[in-house]
Amino acid sequence: MGDRPKRLAMVASKGTLDMAYPPLILATTAASMGWETGIFFTFYGLDLLHKERIKHLQVSPIGNPAMPPPLPAIPALKVPNLLGVLPGMTAMATMMMQGWMAKAKMPTVQEMLDLCVDADVKLFACATTMGVMGIKQADLIPAAQCAGATTFLDFAGDASVSLFI
Amino acid sequence: MNTAVKIAQTLDCKGLLCPVPIIKLAKAVKAIQVGEVVEMLATDPGSVPDMDAFQRQTGHEIVSRDQQGDVFRFLVRKTK
Repeated sequence: MGDRPKRLAMVASKGTLDMAYPPLILATTAASMGWETGIFFTFYGLDLLHKERIKHLQVSPIGNPAMPPPLPAIPALKVPNLLGVLPGMTAMATMMMQGWMAKAKMPTVQEMLDLCVDADVKLFACATTMGVMGIKQADLIPAAQCAGATTFLDFAGDASVSLFI
Repeated sequence: MNTAVKIAQTLDCKGLLCPVPIIKLAKAVKAIQVGEVVEMLATDPGSVPDMDAFQRQTGHEIVSRDQQGDVFRFLVRKTK
């Protein structure tokens, strides 16, 4: 290790339940190893910092052929992708994924975010997304710091690892 | 296995997946004194390479590792 700790800089651009996990898993791991860690939450990724929206993250079966059948023992029951448009299918897929996570004793997305806050992970809230979507600082968790791309690049410029998720 | 090592804390991470064991380990290491040892029990096969990586990245030393059945056991000494 050098004099300065390593640094992880990530962009979190997705607001679905499945895509919420990877940046938060990497951030908590990096922070646990003593790395300086920052995430720039942009577009739908900003939902992860939103006090209300984080409670309602979903995963859609539409256009997601990787989604397994609801009963793994009966692969023939795999839902044809087209049926993903039916009412309730997104809710069902979301419940299914939440079930897997709970069964594997994985923290919820909210708990993962709380771990990031505890670990002093820098949480940049994309200023442009806030402007475009009409999101106010008060809508976001207190640890969220409104910032533009310039601030993120200033942080990421010295990063050992940079990822766009 | 080094039986002379005195264990300051045991972390039961059996059944837990990445990143939870490493987060718990980092918190435990933070809480003990330099030279003290944390015992970590895990069942995730990913924890085997991950513990080596943790040692490389943090400098804390894995002084013992063994496996009994599905359970991996690591002893980690805080070095700084």
